[in-house]
This record gives sequence, C-alpha cells and structure tokens, in this order.
Amino acid sequence: MARRVVVDVPLVLTALVLSAYGVAMVYSAGQTDVPTSATHAWLSQIRWLALGIAAAYGVSRASVRFYEWAALPVYALSIALLALLLVIGTGAGTATGTKSWIAIGGIRLGQPSELAKVTVVLMLARVLAARREPPKSLLELWKPAVIVFIPWALIMMQPDLGTGIVFIGIFFAMLFWSGVPFPLLVLVASPAVSLLLAFNTSLWGAWFLLLLALVLWYKPFMLEGVGLMTANVVMGVVAPILWQRMAPYQRHRLLVFLDPSIDPRRSGWHVIQSQVAIGSGGWLGKGFLQGTQKRLAFLPEQHTDFIFAVLGEELGFIGVTVALMLFLSLRLRAVRIAERANDSFSSLVAIGLASSWLVHIIVNVGMTLNLMPITGIPLPFFSYGGSFMLACWLAIGLLSRISSEGRGAKVGELAI
Amino acid sequence: MSFHPNEVAHRTRIAAGTLVVLFALLLSAFFRTQIVENSRYALQSEENRLREVPLPAPRGIIYDRHNEVLAENVPGYSVSLLSPSADSLRASLQRLAAIIPLSADAIDLSVRRYRRAPFRPTVVLADASFDVVSVLEERRIEFPGLIIQSAPKRYYPDGPAVGSFMGYVGEITESELASPRYRGYKTGQQVGKQGLEKEYEDSLRGREGVRFVEVDARGRVVREAGARQDLLPQTGPPLYTNIDLELQKYVVNIFGDSLQGGAIALDPKTGGVLALYSAPSYDPNRFIGGIPPDVWKALNDDPRRPLYNKVIQGRYPPGSTWKLATAAIALETGTATLDDHMPEPCTGGFQFGNRYFKCWDHKGHGSLTLAEAIEQSCDVYFYQLGLKLGLSRLVAGGIRFGGRDKSGIDLPDESRPLYPYADAEEYYDRKYGKRGWSQAVLLNLAIGQGENAQTVVNMARFYTALATDGTESRPEIVRHKPDRTRVFSLTDDQMAGLRAALAGVVASGTARSAQIHGVVLAGKTGSAQNSQDRTRDHAWFVGFAPADDPKIVVAVLIEFGQHGTRAARIASDIIKDYLKVAPTQHINTEG
Repeated sequence: MARRVVVDVPLVLTALVLSAYGVAMVYSAGQTDVPTSATHAWLSQIRWLALGIAAAYGVSRASVRFYEWAALPVYALSIALLALLLVIGTGAGTATGTKSWIAIGGIRLGQPSELAKVTVVLMLARVLAARREPPKSLLELWKPAVIVFIPWALIMMQPDLGTGIVFIGIFFAMLFWSGVPFPLLVLVASPAVSLLLAFNTSLWGAWFLLLLALVLWYKPFMLEGVGLMTANVVMGVVAPILWQRMAPYQRHRLLVFLDPSIDPRRSGWHVIQSQVAIGSGGWLGKGFLQGTQKRLAFLPEQHTDFIFAVLGEELGFIGVTVALMLFLSLRLRAVRIAERANDSFSSLVAIGLASSWLVHIIVNVGMTLNLMPITGIPLPFFSYGGSFMLACWLAIGLLSRISSEGRGAKVGELAI
Repeated sequence: MSFHPNEVAHRTRIAAGTLVVLFALLLSAFFRTQIVENSRYALQSEENRLREVPLPAPRGIIYDRHNEVLAENVPGYSVSLLSPSADSLRASLQRLAAIIPLSADAIDLSVRRYRRAPFRPTVVLADASFDVVSVLEERRIEFPGLIIQSAPKRYYPDGPAVGSFMGYVGEITESELASPRYRGYKTGQQVGKQGLEKEYEDSLRGREGVRFVEVDARGRVVREAGARQDLLPQTGPPLYTNIDLELQKYVVNIFGDSLQGGAIALDPKTGGVLALYSAPSYDPNRFIGGIPPDVWKALNDDPRRPLYNKVIQGRYPPGSTWKLATAAIALETGTATLDDHMPEPCTGGFQFGNRYFKCWDHKGHGSLTLAEAIEQSCDVYFYQLGLKLGLSRLVAGGIRFGGRDKSGIDLPDESRPLYPYADAEEYYDRKYGKRGWSQAVLLNLAIGQGENAQTVVNMARFYTALATDGTESRPEIVRHKPDRTRVFSLTDDQMAGLRAALAGVVASGTARSAQIHGVVLAGKTGSAQNSQDRTRDHAWFVGFAPADDPKIVVAVLIEFGQHGTRAARIASDIIKDYLKVAPTQHINTEG
C-alpha cells in the first residue's frame, strides 16, 4: 500500500498566490506603448508555471531518501554542466555579456546555475548531516567549503556575481543551521569583511582588533588562528591593490552602486529610473497597467530583473507590502518545515532552499531601491524566466515532501 | 549536525527573527521611498514622461486711428523635433533633408538651438509651407519626435508702406537671449526686431501657451494630447495707433520710387504721429519666417539705405528751418521784436572780420524787420541777430528748445541730434582747439548750419510748439494721453506774429509754390549742406496748417533735393490730403 503523501497547504497556497501575482505583473510589464518582446511573455510564463506545478507534484512523490542518495550524482552533473558552460555558454537579458545559458542551435535550454543551487543544497545537507557533531574548527569545514567553492568559482568565471552571492548565502545559512558556533561563522567570513573594509584604514583597524579579540576568546587551533589573521591582513592590503588594478569600467560600476547619480545616463540610469518608478507609486500606485515609467520604457528589464519596480509603481506601497508579506510567510513556513523535519538531511535541505530564495529576494528587491548592486538576479515567482520558475516550483515540491514526512504533518494538511 | 529539539527550536527563533527584521528593513526602505519621498519621485516621473511644446501666442493686432489693420496674424505652420540627444537630432534632420528643403546651415542652426534647450522641441522650420507640411504629415511615422503645429504668422497688409515705423518680427538671436532685456525668453521664440514691434514687444507678445505631449524613454512622442491640460496661449492686446493709414499711403505715393528722404506728420495738439515714412522703404513681410540671405544682402548693400530710418535716425543740418528757433530765442530774451531792423541791410552778403558771409539771395533783401526776414529767409538779418544774441544765449536757447534731445518718439534706435552743449566756449575749444575758432561760428549757428544736425522727427516736434501755445507734445505713434511740456515762454502776440511770418513764407516768401487754396499754410523751407555731395543740398520743409488753428504739422526732408521748395510742395500735398482740401496749381517759382 502506497504511503500517504500530503500537501503542505499553507506553503503551496502561498506559492500559488505569489505565482499568480507574479504572472499578473509580467503581463503588466508587457503592456508598453511601444510593444517589445515582453508583450507576450506572460503567456510563456503561465506555461512554465503549469510545468513547474506538475514538476513539483512529481518531485513530491519521491522520498527524501531518494534525494539524499541522488545528491552526489546530480551535484557532479551540475558541476560538469557549469564547466561546459564556460566553453559553450551564451548570455541573455541584463547579463548579455556573460555565459550563463546552455543553448543548442540557438535555443536556450536553461541556466545550469539554477540546477546547481539545488544540487549544492542537497550535497551540503548530505555532508553536514553525516556528522554527529557540528564542525567546531575551521579545518573541519573544509568539505562544505569545497562543495560550495567549486560551483561558486565556476559561476564567478561566467561571470555572474548575483548567483555567486546566492551560494555564499546558502553556505552560511546551512552552516548556521547545522549548529556551527556563531564565532566560527564570523571567523570564516572575516577575510571577506576585511576586503570590504580595506578602503578605510581606521575601520579596517578596528575590525582587525575585534577579530583578534574573538580569536583569543574562541581559541581555535594555533595554526588556524595565525592563518586567519594572515588572511585578513592580506585581504586588507590586497584590496587597495586590487582597486588599482581594476579596469576603469569596473571601478565605475562600483562607484555607481555607491552613488547612482554619478552616471545618470548609463548604469546609474537603471537604478534612478527604478527608484523614480517605485517612489512615484505612493500609497496605492498609479493603477494596474498604468505605470508611466514602465509604459514609456523608462524602466529597464521590466519583466525580469526590475519587475518589482513595476509592482511598486502600479500598486504602490500597499502592493509592495502584500508581496513582501507573502514572501515572508513563505520563508517562515520553510523555516517551520525545517524545524519539524524528521531528520537532519531534510531539515538542512529545507533551510538551504529557503536561504537561497531569501538572498534572491533581498538582493533583487534591494537592487530596485539601490540598496544592493545591480547583479541581475531574478525575483522568485515574479521575474519572467522559465528555468527559474521551474526551479522555484521544484523547491516547493521538495519542501512539501519534507513537510509531509516531518512531525505534525497531519495537522491541517491535505492528503492526496 | 546537532539535531536536539531544543537546539533546533533555538535556531528556528533566530532564523525567524532574522527574517522578520530583514523584511521590516526592506519595508521601511519602501516606506521611505514611496511615502516620505513620494512627491519628489512623482515630480520626476512626470518630468520624465511629459515634454512641453510651446504654443506661440498670436501677437497683438496693430490698428491705425480709423481701426484699419496695420499688422495682423495669419495661419502658418512650424515644424519642430523632440530628440533625446544632439546626435539623434542631427540624424533625424539629415533624413528630413532628403524629403524637404533643408540646408546644411539650417541643420547646424537647429542643433545649436537644441543645445540651448534640449527639452523644448527644436524648431526646424519656423514658417513651413503647406506643401512641406503635407509631405511631412504623410511620412510622420518615420520621424517619431516630429511636432507640426499651427503657428500664427505676422502679416502686414500694407507691407512697405508701414515698414518705416512698424519694424518686423524674427526669431530671437543668441545675443538677445543673453541680454537682460529679454530675460524669460526662450530659444526659438519670435520677438519684435524694429519699430513698433520692438518698442511694444512686452505688450504685443501676449503669453505663450503650453501643450504637453507624452514621450517615451527614447524621446518618441507616444501621445499627442490629453497628457495634461493644455495652457492656452494668450493673444497680446491690440495696439491702437495715431497713424492715418490713408494719409500714410498717400505719403508713400508722393515719394514714389525715385525720391529719397523722410516725412512725418504730427497732430500738434496731441503729438500723435499721423504718418511716418522713410524712403525708400522695405517690405517687413519679407522678414517673417527668416529673411532669405540674398534679400538681406540686397537691402544692406542698397546705397539708398532702405533699412536706415531717415526720419528718426538720419541727422541733417536744419538750415533755414532753424531760423525760427533763432527768432524765438531773440523774442524770448527780448533781444529783438518782430518789427526790429538790424544795423546793416542785406546787400547779398555780410562782412565779418576777414570773412564774407553770403545771403542765399545774392541780389540782397534790403532792410527787413524780423518778420520779413523770416518770410524771405534772409541770412544777413540772422547773422546779425546771432551776433546780437551772443554765443551762450543762442546755444542755451537751442538746448532749451530740445536741440540736443531726442524727440522721445515711441520707436527704438532714435538718434540724438547734434548741437553744442551749454558751455559753448568749452565745446568749441574742445572741437577746434583753444584758438581754432572765432565768433564766426555764431553766424552759422544762427542760420541752422555749423555744429547742428537735427532729425526730421525732432524738427517736427519743435514746430508743434510753434503751432500751438509754445508747448510741445512728445511725438507718439501709439495713442497715449498727450503729455505737453512748455518750450517757449512767448506772449500770445509774439506767437501769433511768428505764425503770421511763417504763413508769409508760403504766401509770398520762399515757399510760394506750396500754397494751398483756401487754407493758410505756415512753414519754413531749408537747405542742408550735404557732406556727400556739395552741389546737391538736402531739402527741408517744416510747417503746419491751417496757420490760425493748426491741425497738422509736417516735416519733410528730401535727400539731394537741392532746394526747400521741393520739400515744401510735398508737405503741401500731404497737408492738402489730410485736410481734404481741393488741390490748387503750384506756382513754379524758385525763391
């Protein structure tokens, strides 16, 4: 007799509402005064949504154990695809210059990095769940670090900064969930922080002293401590040199992120127009389909990366609040599923998937308000894009499965 | 991993807490942008999508005293382009040049206009013909930023007849834009260039309206109307002038194509300008929508100087017409009465020191009274009168009568007359050196020669005082409340005597040929020495009629006219036409 599979109603319902909201916005984004290729994007988006829901159902039929078993082969496959991409990849959208798509005969089949996000989560969960105790020293972290580093490095070579950030988010969230002590997380992150603070000597000095205190208190192995401090010093020194060696356009990009009005006609233009769109929305917005910034093509990439600006302009602060609340409840539901999961692998997978979305949302939405650099990473359930929609729904299917295998799954949930 | 329920619950709280804080931060950022800073962004988004297309205001209509139209507006078309950048504008213009006549210079000019005001539509053709407009309308789709609109176009029904005082309109120049006089003007606007159009620009221009069109990020016009309520242009208020169009056209006719000079007719009681004409004239209609370079060159190179206003800009020695000023000064200061004789009778000349000063009539006039000397225009009498007055009194009187002042006519670019200043000794010292001059200058000044050059309009102004009670009125083309100022302080008898003497000039003196049957015409002829051609003097006549109750003052100057009689006959014709008196035969005598 087949095991009863149940659907996590709050999870799936929230995802459905978000998807419908998203399709509506993709439709609106296509309604411009001068028709563009985005005019009919919403139809394709609906097809991908249907495919995604079907795939989610399929995914939810298989046991979590199957995914645990499959983690290594699919991980290997995704690494292979990412490597292949560097040779034959093509670009699209805001990322026209990068190689993130696999295309055969001009037809883009999908972005392997979407697949890699899931496989890295599975692989990390498997490695971390295999340990009885959480890693307590830096040396013990080598395995998870390598698992993330390989795809991360391949993606950064495309280059795709946004997706790279997602992997870092996944890495830290899963380490945290597996019980790695907070000070150790700080130590792991410290070289990167050094790199960012290197531009201001006194700030970096303060950070360095703080780190020194942390090392003395946490007492890692001598070698680790020394290595870590060395890494921080190197980063602090290297960053200014790196800045010197950066191409002018790269520096320019960084500066424009810090102050978009430096360059109101080029990269900064996108951000300014996005802010104008959102800011002019007010409480209730200009009305569905009525956004002038969108309609008159002042918004760039309005159906993909900047879809949230369309939402902000047309539906106002109320519409933004509703969307963010839906996202928040989806995330909280995922955390709850992780909490009640039957085993540590499932729990880690749930957290990994949730953290991947979180990074997407923060970076994408933050970008529309110039709180984050323009990286071209999409907004789950909203941004137009087939493979991403599919990936989001695969994750929903997986989460639903984990939920149904977890404790307390019978309460308030629907059996299929 | 450690998977004890307590630890998991602890981490769940941290994770959920972090999520809530992150989302709250995001939401607060949206609150700041969408609610707190809403007005700023809303404005920016409006500025993004809307472009102001100026709607030129029709200029005020200009009427003559009988409400005949002197200047009006007729429908025209202007073609402009909205462009996101100068390069894109240049590209569009080059494509336009393939289908409509558009020179390389015109393209450069448009690009310069664009650089001055990139968010205003750039004027490509200020006055497009209907043919051009229909070609463009057909191919509109190829030029997304194209704006064709009706633009009122100035039209002067009597063109060359009114050019002397009307001026014309044209696109504002870059130097005009830079001057404070034209603060608030924008590139591409039309502005009065000369004459009344310039003088009354502030009132005539009306108020420009605005139409809003919606453009997309590339500057393409996506919606013509309804983007926002238009602001309709306001027509400038009409201008009512003192000009008598019929008389003006009559004056134009008299001058014809051959005569060269100027004439002005004033109503002595109000100072109203009945007619003002500088011959040859030009057609102001040629300037509308930009004057073709060859026409401009022809006007500029014409030796007869059509663009130079001989009534208000030309300065000519007033000659004998100035003798009235000398006489009035003598009467005012009590130096002589109208019945006084001078010590030496006129024998055709006057010996002063080692120089001999001729009278215009070599036969001599004998011993004359002042009144007779005016009638006969006897130079010898006035030489002696000048000597009797003395330099400082003569010069001071001339200054008091406005000999150094502009007439104040409501036209731009009036020339200031040339005349010595009050400290006459110093004036001559400066001009000729300390010992470089003698009292002989007095003789010249007294007969309107020497250091004296007057405009036609200023002589007419002076004669309005003679024609009335010694007060003058500023000559004005546009109807205002007359503003009278006293010029002479003479008794009524003295005024009547001067007028009688002037009437005598026409009745039996130098201007006998200008008599009008049934009307007593009073006036003075004059010859102005001509620096260009010593043998052909400029001819003057300034006068008024009827002598007992003057209704019109006329000043006429004919360049190279040789003798004042010619000018007198023209003035007489003008007066006859104005007073509607049947013409009489001229008596053809020179004298």
